[in-house]
Amino acid sequence: MNTFHVELSPSIWLDLSLLTMLVLVAIAMLRSRHLFAVVMLSGIYSLLSAAFFVSLDAVDVAFTEAAVGAGVSTVLMLGGMLLTARREKPKGAGRAPVALAVVFAAGAALVYATIDMPAFGDPNAPANSHVGQAYVEQTPNDIAVPNIVTAVLASYRGFDTLGEVMVIFTAGVAVMLLLGAGSVRGGREVSDVEKDESGAA
Amino acid sequence: MDHLILKVTTKLLFAPIILFALYVQFHGDYGPGGGFQAGVIFAVAFFLHAFCFGLAETKKVLPQKALTIAMVAGLMFYAGTGVATQLLGGNFLAYTEIDPESTHHAGQHYGILLVEWGVGVTVASTMLTIFYHFTGREPDIDQEDW
Repeated sequence: MNTFHVELSPSIWLDLSLLTMLVLVAIAMLRSRHLFAVVMLSGIYSLLSAAFFVSLDAVDVAFTEAAVGAGVSTVLMLGGMLLTARREKPKGAGRAPVALAVVFAAGAALVYATIDMPAFGDPNAPANSHVGQAYVEQTPNDIAVPNIVTAVLASYRGFDTLGEVMVIFTAGVAVMLLLGAGSVRGGREVSDVEKDESGAA
Repeated sequence: MDHLILKVTTKLLFAPIILFALYVQFHGDYGPGGGFQAGVIFAVAFFLHAFCFGLAETKKVLPQKALTIAMVAGLMFYAGTGVATQLLGGNFLAYTEIDPESTHHAGQHYGILLVEWGVGVTVASTMLTIFYHFTGREPDIDQEDW
């Protein structure tokens, strides 16, 4: 089996700079107490991840990250922020050294694990040589749609996707049950959907 | 809240965003995208509308009752496609049964379009439902209050 080497190409520098920006945004999020700024930074974080996925040629994932992560979840976080305080409560140092030690130990273990990982783009890597290869080879014969991601998502693994849609549906139902019509918060009645409609009419 | 520029921009962008959502929805076989992304983009058009014109106005266009029905309808549409292929004599979600005579896998193409439509409807209506419930609980807040 031939060994596979990754050359230092310009795209690797692009990846590295995107990852550096991700780390910097994460540190900025940790340091800020202003929740509005944290929500906006999390949107930027998602947008940077989307750019990173594009550079990894995962355009479908990048599209989802940009639409869901940078778009909808930022809006929903803002909506959630309206229901709570605008600022995070200041917190003492407490057990910060212990937490830091745990985080560093876990991080070091993960970095150690990457030493055994196959090189990025290695054609002999397990992810590229078994199921992935079968999908790439079989899609033109079985389904014949140009976008193999769609073929896997909607046809080969249609049952999985049905489960995913059920998860989203369940999330919607849970939000309706928790924040839904006719609830009372803080001793005052909250206007619900039906009342809004009749009030507007 | 009276932001003329934002309101005009939203009015200009609303239709193209919906059109882009439909493009992503029906073009998922050929390029990046599909029901999940299209549903989210569709919902974002209404988020923008709610930001600029207020949630009450958006609820006149798309009431919660309609969204609740759409949430269930999308999921049932997806599952119904599976049941339909079973009734045609195949396995659950075996789209080839939709058009078994086809020489270019037309059954698979129809099946993917159908289930992606179910995904798109459910995702769009669920995102809007969550948005309505989160933002509908507090009265509109002042500009200074952010």
